[in-house]
Amino acid sequence: MDKTVNQKAWFLVLPVFLIVAFSAVLPLMTVVNYSVQDTFGNNQFFWNGVGWFKELLDPSSDLGSRFFASLLRNLAFSAIILTIQVPLGILVALSMPREGWRVAACLVILALPLLIPWNVVGTIWQIFGRPDIGLLGYTLNHMGIDYNYVSNEFDAWATVIVMDVWHWTSLVALLCYAGLKSIPDAYYQAAQIDGASRWAVFRAIQLPKLNRVLLIGVLLRFMDSFMIYTEPFVVTGGGPGNSTTFVSIELVKIALGQFDLGKAAALSLVYNLIVLIVCWVFYTVMTNAGVDHTKPEGAV
Amino acid sequence: MHTIPGRRIILTLFLIFLLLPIYWLVNMSFKTNNEIVSTMTLWPHQPTLANYIRIFTDESWYSGYINSLKYVIINTILSISFALPAAYAFSRYRFLGDKHLFFWLLSNRMAPPAVFALPFFNLYSAIGLFDTPWAVALAHCLFNVPLAVWILEGFVSGVPREIDETAFLDGYSFPKFFVKILVPLIASGIGVAAFFCFMFSWVELLLARTLTSVNAKPISAVMTRTVSASGMDWGLLAAAGVLTIIPGALVIWFVRNYIARGFALGRV
Repeated sequence: MDKTVNQKAWFLVLPVFLIVAFSAVLPLMTVVNYSVQDTFGNNQFFWNGVGWFKELLDPSSDLGSRFFASLLRNLAFSAIILTIQVPLGILVALSMPREGWRVAACLVILALPLLIPWNVVGTIWQIFGRPDIGLLGYTLNHMGIDYNYVSNEFDAWATVIVMDVWHWTSLVALLCYAGLKSIPDAYYQAAQIDGASRWAVFRAIQLPKLNRVLLIGVLLRFMDSFMIYTEPFVVTGGGPGNSTTFVSIELVKIALGQFDLGKAAALSLVYNLIVLIVCWVFYTVMTNAGVDHTKPEGAV
Repeated sequence: MHTIPGRRIILTLFLIFLLLPIYWLVNMSFKTNNEIVSTMTLWPHQPTLANYIRIFTDESWYSGYINSLKYVIINTILSISFALPAAYAFSRYRFLGDKHLFFWLLSNRMAPPAVFALPFFNLYSAIGLFDTPWAVALAHCLFNVPLAVWILEGFVSGVPREIDETAFLDGYSFPKFFVKILVPLIASGIGVAAFFCFMFSWVELLLARTLTSVNAKPISAVMTRTVSASGMDWGLLAAAGVLTIIPGALVIWFVRNYIARGFALGRV
């Protein structure tokens, strides 16, 4: 749709601009302020320049090593859950029933985990996985598998990953389902006449149509897994040791636990910058994909 | 041709995987602590409502639900009323910096709440809103307003421009057009956006917990604290968990046909 140029539209956007600026810019300014200062308590602050940033980006210091370790852990976590959730989500979307009450029932069950408060998600899996009272832990241990997410690193990781798959795969599935629904029947009929195989239909018709929603899905999943805090915090508390301490958990530990304002602020800014860059890359790809879509064939 | 071989099995397995942990929580909420700790039973052998009765009669428990609902409702109303005009502007007009503004909004939806926990604490303490539902409601605007703008923009773009033009020719003023014509036309979109604001405010814990201490403590914070104090009352914890699932489950039913579109930020 062609839009008209109208600078007065700013008046309509102004309330949103103000409230988001109040919620985002103002706090970020205090973060910037803290990140360049040091304190000995009593609200006395000293100029510290880029000292905190130097320490943060130096892997040999205490702060730096903690930051890089949690960052690596978090990236590994995001990579693992994306490789599980995206194919699984597509598979579930392809398996959805076509019509009738079953569609509504499936949609409601799929959406259910998404609406559970995040700490309750943690609680559910904490209870479900416990070897003494949880169905999962009890069954696994009685099958002869020594499973204990509190003391074993691998089990803790497996629990957090399965929990995230449980919690968020539905999101990818719902997105893909919406994308699949928008494919006209004529495409499938044409494919049938051509005698295309099931795989060919998927590759040539369904996957291209899913491009856009998958992009949104991957973006949302990457971002939300990159800022994950509550669920692993409730289940494992970041442990055993530091094995499931992700960036947000580390940040909250430094900021609200130790009240190390300068370190926390520097970490916040770098963290936010990473998010912003990834976001920008996705946004550019997304808007470009939209443009290519509307361009006629052969246009430059 | 829509579907794949073996789809029934795949879907059934996945749905069971989704429901099993929830079933376990419901199961535990109807058990006595004695039964939970001493035996492993697949359903409650001595079903009891004691856990639920305790939550509904103890003020420190049920006030948690009321506090949570307060800030969630304030936040939903704020987010929608702020986002509506902006969504219209983004959908209809080009203006200086519109693309950058849109990206900036998106980036706030993605910003990690952990980054904002401490500055929000300082900010709302400084202006005297700490430990009120308003603090949490305003803090949640950080990600809900951008989300509402995104979703509503998609729905407003679905309304043909001709309708605006006809309305203005008929002598409608802008506010009158907005309230009388546009809002009814995108009512379902507003419903979806409200649902998502409700949902993301309802499920968030970190900011809600940081910005409250006593008077406005949300249910999620009540759950974490009471449990550690009373030495793991599993049945009570499970019952409280089940009660937090119910509001979500109720509202899903009303928007079930729009869920997917909303998650795609109105862009399917």
